[in-house]
Amino acid sequence: MIYLDNAATTRPKPPGVAEAAAAAMNGFGNCGRGVHSDALSAARTVYDAREKLADLFGCPRPERVCFTPNSTQALNIAISGLLGPGDHVISTDLEHNSVLRPLYRLRERGTAVDFVPADRRGQIDYNDLERLLRPDTRAVVCTHASNLTGDLVDIGRVGVFCRKHGLLLILDASQTAGVFPIHMEEQHIDVVCFTGHKSLLGPQGTGGLCVGEDVEIRPFAVGGTGVQSYLETQPAEYPTRLEAGTLNSHGLAGLGAALDYIARTGIAAIREHETALARRFYQSVREAPGVTLYGDLDAAERAPIVTLNIGDLDSAEVADELAERFGIATRPGAHCAPRLHRALGTTDQGAVRFSWGWANTEEETDAAAEAVRTLAVEAL
Amino acid sequence: MRERTEKCVVTFRTTAGAMAMECACKAAGVPGRLIPVPRSITAGCGMCWAAPPAAREAVEELVMKQRLDVDGIYAIIL
Repeated sequence: MIYLDNAATTRPKPPGVAEAAAAAMNGFGNCGRGVHSDALSAARTVYDAREKLADLFGCPRPERVCFTPNSTQALNIAISGLLGPGDHVISTDLEHNSVLRPLYRLRERGTAVDFVPADRRGQIDYNDLERLLRPDTRAVVCTHASNLTGDLVDIGRVGVFCRKHGLLLILDASQTAGVFPIHMEEQHIDVVCFTGHKSLLGPQGTGGLCVGEDVEIRPFAVGGTGVQSYLETQPAEYPTRLEAGTLNSHGLAGLGAALDYIARTGIAAIREHETALARRFYQSVREAPGVTLYGDLDAAERAPIVTLNIGDLDSAEVADELAERFGIATRPGAHCAPRLHRALGTTDQGAVRFSWGWANTEEETDAAAEAVRTLAVEAL
Repeated sequence: MRERTEKCVVTFRTTAGAMAMECACKAAGVPGRLIPVPRSITAGCGMCWAAPPAAREAVEELVMKQRLDVDGIYAIIL
């Protein structure tokens, strides 16, 4: 199988990741429960992962890296814990349902929500941020890159806008963490929500949120913490404030190993490799008959994603043909990004998404492009 | 049971705080180790840093310098 579904989850994981997770399963006690050597091994490994992530994201302190099972939970925690009735929030049409559904739920409870619209090419106009600004605007919630098209959001520009108007910036870094630079302090980001199993190259079931100084998020879940047992409320201090229940220290051991790989390789080298393959594919299929490509594929920087349709073929049929006949794994249909599908006019057809990871090669990329060209000719 | 001696004990509000303390002490060469919180400090759970009394000054300096999330510093017989 040629695996080009890395935007869904990266596969394979770098050397050392599975080994670290397996060793943790056989050797770890519970992080923060007990002080014997096995419990301390877990606690040290979890803390080590916090340090690495704080370093990666320019987070002010490791204690402000809070772990969750994925970025959806991180976004739920950040959005529901910072916003409420009477607040106004700005987001964009590029968002994934992990942002949209928490916002829609807030809207039902009295939070006003506006979206920066995407045009038929899937592009947003940053001037719309100023247009949508209101006296009661409290935050901007936005993705760093569309999971559907791979187009990047200029997060530095959004950060400057937020700083200028005293707004919180909550960033969904699901598609960019570990590949594109993110620095909370330099880019004025208050909360970075990330998942461990995509471009951070770790196991599924890992993720979290990095919380800036002076950002106080109401706890989402409350419960066991291993500290302050007689307190009737969740401890106020980070990261415990947002971490009720046993952490996935096995997964986080794997994530730590993945972060070591990223640090050794360098995010610039990973980005260059993946985006060069995506560009190679794009240039090879752009002229194929009947192929429609989505997003700004000529942008200097974009996430390693190319999304397309062939004629009016159902994207599900194309992806199935790619998998069964050519052994190529892609993702069809809607991509949990309903507002952007509407903007692109692909609500019914969906779209076939190709996404590259650290382990993909030029040969695989060329085989995928050849398969697309073959299907395009056959569809004529 | 082992013989009791005076210790400098540092307590924390979070496990991450205890981990930060351990990392800082190891890096600075300050002696001590993590132990369960004794009931003479607080009934409950969690871990604390236990150091020889002579290390108290170095511990306090580290806590201040690195803004470690410390709940309290005690001199107790353990």
